[in-house]
Amino acid sequence: MSKDEEHTHAHSLLPSEPALRVRAIETLLVDKGLVDPKAMEAIIEAYSNDIGPQNGARVVARAWVDPDYRSRLMDDATAAIAELGFSGMQGEHMVAVENTDAVHNIVVCTLCSCYPWPVLGLPPAWYKSTEYRARAVRDPRGVLSDFGVTLPAETETRVWDSTAEIRYLVIPQRPAGTDDLSEDELAALVTRDSMIGTGLVFAPGGA
Amino acid sequence: MDSVHDLGGVEGFGPVPVEQDEPVFHHDWESRVLAMRVLMGFWGKWNIDANRHSLERLPPAEYLSLSYYEKWAAGLVNISVEKGLITRDEVAAGRPDPAAGKQTPPVDPKGLLSFMPKGRPSARDIEATAAFAVGDQVRTARNMHSGHTRLPRYMRDRVGEVVLRHGVHVLPDVSATLTADAPEHLYAVRFDARELWGDDADVNHTVTADLWESYLAPAG
Repeated sequence: MSKDEEHTHAHSLLPSEPALRVRAIETLLVDKGLVDPKAMEAIIEAYSNDIGPQNGARVVARAWVDPDYRSRLMDDATAAIAELGFSGMQGEHMVAVENTDAVHNIVVCTLCSCYPWPVLGLPPAWYKSTEYRARAVRDPRGVLSDFGVTLPAETETRVWDSTAEIRYLVIPQRPAGTDDLSEDELAALVTRDSMIGTGLVFAPGGA
Repeated sequence: MDSVHDLGGVEGFGPVPVEQDEPVFHHDWESRVLAMRVLMGFWGKWNIDANRHSLERLPPAEYLSLSYYEKWAAGLVNISVEKGLITRDEVAAGRPDPAAGKQTPPVDPKGLLSFMPKGRPSARDIEATAAFAVGDQVRTARNMHSGHTRLPRYMRDRVGEVVLRHGVHVLPDVSATLTADAPEHLYAVRFDARELWGDDADVNHTVTADLWESYLAPAG
């Protein structure tokens, strides 16, 4: 083993600096009785497994197949989303915004990282990045091209800067050629990015 | 507060770092930070606005160089010390002051799981006459204070149109000081990109933000 390899190996076995610092904070908070370690596990479990974009995908698919649901969703998204069992922390007040040929919605939080947790889970790193936060409001078409999305020039790019406790869920356009799909099959097509507005939904086999 | 957290429209950061099949957490410690940050809120020593302000007050160079969860960890330690939940000496030592008795956490897993579907709504059910209606043209404030606010710099002294009324919500500028809720009407206001970024902006581009009544005045 060369010196370089030894060096790399030694580093890979050591916890990274943030890991060490965070462990020190956790030890202090737990030992002082400020946080319950079992409650920590419950949060991590919830956001790792149960609360994620699969929830939002169910909302979108329902809106696509059920016009009454769609109209309730556009009228009072908080209540309509709660019908499917999704509500609460970081999604107390929801608004659904619908993409059409004329309007494409994109959600950002330029001041921090506001994101609709009950329907999309925790935000991806890019959503919280300085790059996205800085550029989405100024150059949305440039941002979309980073995601491989190009829109017709005449489509309005309607950017929502989440400055309050209102959380926005984008309802993407239902792709053509999906009339025969079930609600569950449709939900499986709906991506996280399409519900933020940085992606589109495609029919199976399409792209 | 005019600090570097107010990122809207800043140029030069480059392309968005898109990652395929991104995991929920990139490191185990990130999940620990998330959990601690949520749970420490149950002590009731701060609210979401004060919490955000703790991040905004990080030194600008740190704000830009730390990763997201590192920022959260730094902000959590700062606000916990500031509010007396832990001391600087305890942070340095990495263990509780032996003289301080062990406390009982304010929430257990059961309490947490019953809280999560409710959250902490910012809407307040109070009677207040709305100054603006959907369709009104409004001008945003030019003056700004050095505390917490949710009026982004790029939207100051600009004219937009009220497109939604959200009802009455806690005002972050006051709420962050932990002295009062100061609820007032909240509106979604839409701006033409050319009003925000100049004549060269795309004509088919708008930006909408949620702005409180005291940020707004009738336009004209």
